[in-house]
Amino acid sequence: MVDAALANPALQADEPVLSARKLARYFDVSPPLLNRVIEGTPRQILRAVDGVSFDIQKGRTFSLVGESGCGKSTVARLVVGLYTPTHGELHFEGQNIAGLTRKEMVPVRRKMQMIFQDPFASLNPRWRVVDIIAEPLRFFDITKGEAATQKRVGELLSFVGLSPKDGAKYPHEFSGGQRQRISIARALASNPEFLVCDEPTSALDVSVQAQILNLMKELQRELGLTYLFISHNLAVVYHMSDDVGVMYLGKLVEVAPARTLFARPRHPYTQLLLNTIPDLDMKGLDRAPVAGEVPNPINPPSGCTFHPRCPFANDRCRAEIPQPITLADGAKIACHGVEEGRIPDTV
Amino acid sequence: MTDSTNDIIVTRSLWFRFSDGTRRFFDGDVFYSFKRSPVIMVAFFVTVTYFLLAFLAPWVAPHNTYDVITLNLMDAFKPPAWEAGGDPSYPLGTDDQGRDVLSTIMFGARVSLTVGFLSVLLAMVMGIVLGMVAGYVGGKTDAIIMRIADVQLSFPAILIVLLIDGFTRSVLPRGAHEDLALVVLVLSIGFANWVQFARTVRGSCLVEKNKEYVQAARVIGLHPALIMLRHVLPNVMSPVLVIATISLAIAILTEATLSFLGVGVPPTQPSLGTLIRIGNDFLFSGEWWMTIFPGAALVILVLAVNLLGDWLRDALNPKLR
Repeated sequence: MVDAALANPALQADEPVLSARKLARYFDVSPPLLNRVIEGTPRQILRAVDGVSFDIQKGRTFSLVGESGCGKSTVARLVVGLYTPTHGELHFEGQNIAGLTRKEMVPVRRKMQMIFQDPFASLNPRWRVVDIIAEPLRFFDITKGEAATQKRVGELLSFVGLSPKDGAKYPHEFSGGQRQRISIARALASNPEFLVCDEPTSALDVSVQAQILNLMKELQRELGLTYLFISHNLAVVYHMSDDVGVMYLGKLVEVAPARTLFARPRHPYTQLLLNTIPDLDMKGLDRAPVAGEVPNPINPPSGCTFHPRCPFANDRCRAEIPQPITLADGAKIACHGVEEGRIPDTV
Repeated sequence: MTDSTNDIIVTRSLWFRFSDGTRRFFDGDVFYSFKRSPVIMVAFFVTVTYFLLAFLAPWVAPHNTYDVITLNLMDAFKPPAWEAGGDPSYPLGTDDQGRDVLSTIMFGARVSLTVGFLSVLLAMVMGIVLGMVAGYVGGKTDAIIMRIADVQLSFPAILIVLLIDGFTRSVLPRGAHEDLALVVLVLSIGFANWVQFARTVRGSCLVEKNKEYVQAARVIGLHPALIMLRHVLPNVMSPVLVIATISLAIAILTEATLSFLGVGVPPTQPSLGTLIRIGNDFLFSGEWWMTIFPGAALVILVLAVNLLGDWLRDALNPKLR
């Protein structure tokens, strides 16, 4: 651990807040022992996240996009410690937090909180809002005394655009957008620096989505928060992100600054994803439909896992796993075709 | 934001919470469906009356049947007051030892309800703890607890109770068993019934633990035991309450069965089951009141409690409404 750098925040300006190195999480999805013995089936390992590396700089938003089941939510859960990594390293402010025990994680958790996808499941239905938001305050012993806790909860509620009086109500008395505001208030209660947002708007109406996203951007400006943002909605990602990582079958295929990625997608999968965004200007244009489906991650294809759906795949793609290369404008791409310069620019 | 809005929250006292909770209960769906159903109101009234009469028996019963000095064998086999030869001071007649049947029913219900209540409490605590641990921890712990539950479920509960009861009888000295009979009964009936609670709690716990509010608590860093106690438990309690009510009826019946078979409570503290057994010996010689009244008392009690349990299940389950 770099103690000097930790002591002086100015020194670590360039140090990423969070960096993942070859992060992987496998799940054992084997049938029960008895079935395996009788049916003679082997163990089955699902590689939800398989060797993912990325850095998130302070005060920026890093987004992960990809189709359902590509492992983006698993990355979010690995980062906040809901899952322990199978292997790989995860550094938060210079400290490796992969495989820390619950007690060792407590100081880290104060600085790192999470906003969940479903606002109807993320608040305990039997608790009053005031107790939900006060839980981190009480656990981390942030506010001294009950009166101070109640005062802080009131501040947090007005901070996210609700009334302090709303604290006395139960979650079912609120709409989805209001519940997500409560969820954000709880996440902010311990004054975190880093927020993991796992599809925070995908369960909301479009009009409410914009409110929540704007609230999140506002909070980022005011509090200097760093976001890890998970979404499958590319328009939302474009609106929110500084950097974007595209995931496919547990691997990052392209990491680039948002502007670069949306202006000039390099990886064939990114090109394909961007092609699917409905666009008012593009009417009449032929849109290439997404060919095929995501393969089963239990038996991923050989070589580049995208090759069965890739229009540019050749024998090398089918045999050899591509390693990420860094291009001149900072984009990192794992693709043999890009490396060999045989993928045309589209969009 | 002004200070006064904060004061509203700060001054929210414990009493406010309680009174607010009571108001919510009387405004709520459960109380509404209670008011709508006369059968349930009667069942509730009957159950409450049983509890009151049973626990106030030493003060409200016409005779103290435990006090041997007041008994007079000359009063034995008196029929109910309205029959020929009946004595108005023994409204439901007397048994073979001159004990007032009405009073013995009240004292008997006291034993039955105590055993039923305590054994359900034991089964509930055991079931909740084991079920939550199995559901929340999962893996091998879950497999071990649930296999034990499966094995136990494949035996009839009465067999397990007889087994435990027989075992303690052989281990304890003869005199000690008389004193500990009620404790043994509560322990064995409680132990025989924990499985249902454990299975239900485990099922609900599996659902709840994957909900995001539990994960939010984990992200905050709470100890798993605290998460189970504060977050999961309140959300798995409604099915537990239903099972507890229905189990109360079953436990009372189990106790009555055991006492009827003569392995339950000692004869000096007769329960409803003991009374039925004693009365059964005299049924063919015409003294029907000695077994019919305790039997009817048991049937009415179990029926009322069962009706309450059924209603509670429907009232707490929004899908059935």
